[in-house]
Amino acid sequence: MQKMPQWADVVLIPLISLILAAVLSGLVILAIGENPITALTIMIDGAMGSKYAWGYTLYYATNFIFTGLAVSVAFHARMFNIGGEGQATLGGLGVALCCLYLPWPHWSLAILGAIVASAAFGAFWALIPAWLQAKRGSHIVITTIMFNFIAAALLNYLLVSVLKPVGSMEPATGKFPEPTHLPNFAEMLAPLGISFSRGAPANVSFIIAILACFAVWALIWKTRLGYEIRAFGHSESAAKYAGISPTKIILISMSISGALAGMMALNNVMGEAERLVLNATEGAGFIGIAVALMGRSHPLGIFLAALLFGVLYQGGAILSQDTSIPVQIVLVIQALVIMFTGALDNMVRMPLEKVFLAFNRSSAKPTTKPTAAE
Amino acid sequence: MDLLTLLQVLDATVRLSTPLLLACLAGLFSERAGIFDIGLEGKMLAAAFTAAAVAAMTGNVWIGLVAGIAASLLFSAIHGLASITFRGNQLISGVALNFLASGLTVLVAQAWFAQGGRTPSLQGAARFNPITLPFAESLSGVPILGPIYAELISGHTILVYVSLLVVPLTWWVLFRTRFGLRLRAVGENPAAVDTAGISVVGLRFAAVGICGVLCGIAGAYLSTGLQAGFVKDMTAGRGYIALAALIFAKWRPWYALTACLLFGFLQAIALRSDLIEAVIGFRIQIQLLDALPYILTVIILAGFVGKAIPPRAGGEPYVKER
Amino acid sequence: MTSPASGTAHPAIELRGISKAFGAVQANKDISIRVMPGTIHGIIGENGAGKSTLMSILYGFYKADAGEIFINGTKTLIPDSQAAIAAGIGMVFQHFKLVENFTVLENVVLGAEDSGLLRPSLARARRELKSLAEEYELNVDPDALIEDIGVGMQQRVEILKALYRKADILILDEPTGVLTPAEADQLFRILGRLKDEGKTIILITHKLREIMEITETVSVMRRGEMTATVKTAETSPPELAELMVGRKVLLRVDKKPATPGANVLEVRDLKVTDDKGVRRLKGISFDVRAGEILGIAGVAGNGQSELLEVLGGYEKASGTILLNGELIDLTGKHSDGQSRRHRGIAHVPEDRQREGLIMDYMAWENAIFGYHHEPEYQKSRLFMDNAAIREAAAAKMGRFDVRPPDPKLSAKNFSGGNQQKIVLAREIERNPDLLLIGQPTRGVDIGAIEFIHQQIVALRDQGKAILLVSVELDEILSLSDRIAVMFDGQIMGERLPGETDAKELGLLMAGMTGEAA
Repeated sequence: MQKMPQWADVVLIPLISLILAAVLSGLVILAIGENPITALTIMIDGAMGSKYAWGYTLYYATNFIFTGLAVSVAFHARMFNIGGEGQATLGGLGVALCCLYLPWPHWSLAILGAIVASAAFGAFWALIPAWLQAKRGSHIVITTIMFNFIAAALLNYLLVSVLKPVGSMEPATGKFPEPTHLPNFAEMLAPLGISFSRGAPANVSFIIAILACFAVWALIWKTRLGYEIRAFGHSESAAKYAGISPTKIILISMSISGALAGMMALNNVMGEAERLVLNATEGAGFIGIAVALMGRSHPLGIFLAALLFGVLYQGGAILSQDTSIPVQIVLVIQALVIMFTGALDNMVRMPLEKVFLAFNRSSAKPTTKPTAAE
Repeated sequence: MDLLTLLQVLDATVRLSTPLLLACLAGLFSERAGIFDIGLEGKMLAAAFTAAAVAAMTGNVWIGLVAGIAASLLFSAIHGLASITFRGNQLISGVALNFLASGLTVLVAQAWFAQGGRTPSLQGAARFNPITLPFAESLSGVPILGPIYAELISGHTILVYVSLLVVPLTWWVLFRTRFGLRLRAVGENPAAVDTAGISVVGLRFAAVGICGVLCGIAGAYLSTGLQAGFVKDMTAGRGYIALAALIFAKWRPWYALTACLLFGFLQAIALRSDLIEAVIGFRIQIQLLDALPYILTVIILAGFVGKAIPPRAGGEPYVKER
Repeated sequence: MTSPASGTAHPAIELRGISKAFGAVQANKDISIRVMPGTIHGIIGENGAGKSTLMSILYGFYKADAGEIFINGTKTLIPDSQAAIAAGIGMVFQHFKLVENFTVLENVVLGAEDSGLLRPSLARARRELKSLAEEYELNVDPDALIEDIGVGMQQRVEILKALYRKADILILDEPTGVLTPAEADQLFRILGRLKDEGKTIILITHKLREIMEITETVSVMRRGEMTATVKTAETSPPELAELMVGRKVLLRVDKKPATPGANVLEVRDLKVTDDKGVRRLKGISFDVRAGEILGIAGVAGNGQSELLEVLGGYEKASGTILLNGELIDLTGKHSDGQSRRHRGIAHVPEDRQREGLIMDYMAWENAIFGYHHEPEYQKSRLFMDNAAIREAAAAKMGRFDVRPPDPKLSAKNFSGGNQQKIVLAREIERNPDLLLIGQPTRGVDIGAIEFIHQQIVALRDQGKAILLVSVELDEILSLSDRIAVMFDGQIMGERLPGETDAKELGLLMAGMTGEAA
C-alpha cells in the first residue's frame, strides 16, 4: 500500500522543504539587521527585472544545469560526487587548451572540439576517485573533495608557471582567439528580430545545457545503461546477481558525471570569460548538489532548480551591491536547501505521511489482514 | 640542517597538528558510535569564527573558547537531529552544514565587524599566548635536551597541551569505562545495545556532543591560538584531512596522534620550501607542497597503507526491526 | 519433571486482550495466553500471523493499544526493554543481537555492567558465567570473539545473556533456523534443563515438528488472532497446520515419479575461496539431469550459497562445470551473470529482497531484471521498449497469479509470496535448461507455497533440470528426486528421498558419514 501519492512525493515535499529553507534564510537576514522582504524584492528585481538581469540569471542557471546534471547522474548510481568544482576546473583547462592551441575557423566547430575536450578532462578528473572507490573501496566523498583542492593547486601552478602569456602578471591564460567566441543571447536573437541586452553573458551553451537535460533523461530512463545504473544505485547485491558489474557502473556513471561537470566550462570559460582564470568555477560545483537534490535527480526538476538558483545567485550578487548583505547569503540558502531536501527529508515526509494516512483512514475501513510488506 | 632549525620545524608540526588531532578525535567518537561526520570542517569553522569574534568583543579568550564550543555544539545538534532523530542521509547533512558554516561565518563577520568577512586581529588576553614551562630558560643551555625542552616542548599555547592530554583520555573512556563499551557497541550493532535496554539515541547524541566539544576546541584554537583572528574559510580542508587521519589511524586514539603529527609535519614543511631544497637538493613547486596533505589523504584512502575496517554500523540510521 | 502446584499458582506470564494495530492493519487482535511456570509453551503461526509483533510487545519494543500483561500474577507495564528485563523476561532473537568484534564476556556484560568502570564488571561476569556454565551445560570461552565462534555457540551466548540478567521467562524466536538437527537437539536438552530448574520457556516457531517434540502446550496464531490453545499431547501436525491456515493443508507435494534424461549440469571438483581466504567449497562434484530435481540439503552457511553464486555467475571458482556438455567459463570474460543466462541457466536467488528484486523498481522493471539486454525488450540500438516490457510483465503476473496484478506497483509493496512469484515467473518463463532455486518458500505464506511447489514440479515435468537449495528438510524431502547433503563445503552423500529420512539427513548435515545411518 502506497503511503502517499506520487505527486506528493515529487512535488509537495521539495516545495515544503524549499519554503522552510526560505523562511530560515529570511530569519538569518533579519538577524543580521536587514529586512528580508526588501532583500527578496531586490533579489527578484535584480534577477528578473530586465533583459540584462535575465541574461545573467540564465547564464548562472546554465552553469548549474551542467553541475546539477553531473551530481544527479552520479546519484542515480548512489555515488555522491562532490568533486564538481574540480571536474569543472579541469573542464576549463580542456576548453582553454582546445581554444588556444587548435586553429578553429568558426565557433560552431570550436564548440564541438570544446565539448569533447571539456567532457574528456572532466571525466578524467572524476575517473580517478571512481576507480579508487570501485577497486580500493576509498570513500568517494572524501576523495572527490580532495581532488577539488588538488585541482585548484594544479590550476594555480599551470596558470602561474605554464599557461600565462609572457610579460603578463595575472595568473590567467591569454584571450581566446576570435573564432572561438560563442554568440551570446543578443547575437543569437538578433537574426530573429528580438533585441536582447548585449552585455549579458548568457550564451549558446544554454542550448547545449538544455540538450544535455534531454540526453540525460533519455540515458537514465530509456536505455539499458540507465536501467543498470539505477538498479546498481538501489542495490549493489541485486546488481551483482543480475550480472551488472559494479566496477563498470561506478566508472561509467562517474565519468559521465565528470564530463557533464566539465562541460560547464563551455559556459563560463568559453562563453563568458573567453580565457581561463583562477577560481573560474566560483562554487557552481557545490550548487550543483543543491540543484540535484531539489530537482530529485530528474532533468526537469534540475532545470527548474537550476533556474531558481540562477535567480538566487544573480539576486544575491545585486543584493551584495545594493545592501550590506554579503554574497555569502547564497551559500546559506544553498546549505539550507541541501539540508531540508537531502538530510531532513523525513522531517517533512513523516508528518505528511501521517496526514495522508489519516485522510485515507477516514475514507476506508480498517482490516485484519496481515501487512502486505511481510 | 642544524638542530635549531629541525626543532623549529618540529615545533611548527606540533602546532599545526593540534587542530587536526582534536578534530580527528572528535570524528573518532562520532564514527565509533556509528554516526559518519563529514561536517568536522564546518564545526571547526563555526567555532573558529565564534571564538575569535567573542574574544575580540570581550577581550577574554576563555569566554571566546566557550562561545566557540557552543557554536560547534549547535552544529552538532543539527547534525544529530538530522542523522539520528530524522534518520537522514549523514553525508548530505555534513556537506550542508559545511556550506552553512562557510556562508554564515562570513555573513555574521561582515555584520558585526564590517571588515570584509574577518574578525579584527586578536591581541593580549583575547588570544592564547605561549606558555613557558618551568626552568625552560635555565635548562636551555643543556646540550641537545635543553633546546628540545625549551624550544619544542615548552612554549606552546595551552590548547596544544590539552589536545595531547585528550589522547590518553579518549583511550581511557573508550576502553576502560562502561560508557565506552556501549559507545563502541552502538557503532557495531545498535540492535545489540537496544535489546539490552540501553538507549541507542542517547548514546549517539552523547557521541555527537563530544564530537561537537572537541571540534569546538579545535576551531577555537585555530583562530585564537594558531593564528590571531578569523578569516574566511580558514579551516582550508583540515576537517577532511582529519577524517583521512582517522581512517589511517584505524579509528584508534594513539594511532590518531601519529597520523595527525604526520599531516602536521607536511603542513609545516610546506611553509619552509627553502629547507626542502637544502635537504633534497631540488626545488618542489609551492603548489605541490600545498597539495601534499590532500594527495596523501587520497593515497591513504586508496588503501596503499593497509586496509581499514570502519565500525560496522557506521553511516546507517538505526531502525528497530519489526 | 515438576508440575505446577494446585490451581492457586499464578501463571508465570499471562496476556489478556492484547491488541496492536499499525495504521489500517490489525497485527494483534485480543490475544490472551497463560503460561504456567516450569513449562515450555509454543506459539505457532505462519509468516504475517502476528507472532513477531506479540513478542515485540512483550519485550517493550511496541506498546500494545489495549490489553494487559501479568507477570506472576502482578500486572506489569513494559514500556521498554529495560522494563522487560527487570520483569525477568529474556529474549533470544532469531537474528542474534551480538557485537561481532567483542568477546563473549563483553557481549554478556553489555548493558548489565555494575558500574562506570569496566574491569570490575568484566571480572564479576567471568565468575558468573563459569557458574552458569556448570549449572546448565552452557559452556563457552569467555574470551573468544563472536565472529570466531560458530552459530550454535553464539546462540548459547544469547541464552547466557538472558540468564545473566536473571531472566525467569525465556522467549526464543525461531531458534533452530541456523542449527543442524543435532545442534537443535542439544538446544532442546538445554531448554529441558532450564525448564526443570523452574524457568518458563516460550518457543516461537513455524516448525510443526519442534512443537510436537518439546512443548507441553501450544497456541496457534492466524492473521493476528489466537485461534486455539491446546495441549501438545492432544493434537497433531495436520490439525495444527489446519488451525494455522484455516483450511486443510497439503503437507506433501503431489507429483509423479521423475523420468530423468541426459546430464544437463556436470560439476567436477568445484572450489571457492572467499575474499578473506576461507575455503567455502572444497572440491564438490555432482550431476543434474534433465527432468529431475536435485535437492541440496544442509544448514545455511555450508557452501550452498556459494554454489548458487558460482552457477549464477557472481562468484569466482576453480574446477569444471559443463552445461549440456559444453564448458562454462568460471573466471574469464564470460563468467558473469549475463553469460550464464545466455547459456540457459536461470536463477531464483535465496534472498529475493537483496538479490532477486530491486525493491524500489516497479514490478514491470523487475520482470526483466537480469534479462534487460535481451533483444525482445529493445526498441532500437539505443533505447529499451518500455511499453512492450510493461505489457509482457502484466501477462506474466496474470499467469502466475501475482496479486495485485499491477505492473506499476513497486516490488516492496507486494507480499513475500507475491514477490517470490514475480521472480519465479521471470526465471521460469525464460525456458531455461537449468533452473537454480534457493529457499523458494522462505517468508512465503502457505497458499503461495503450494503454488510455487507446483510450478517447480511442472517445470521438471517439461524436461528441465532443477537444482534446489533449501534449509527446510521437509521441502527437500517432498520436492526432490535426488538429495545431496552439503556440510562444510563438501558433499557428504547422496540419497533418494524414499530411502532416507530426516534423521539420516540430519547426521549428514552435521558432517557425520558412514555412521549408524
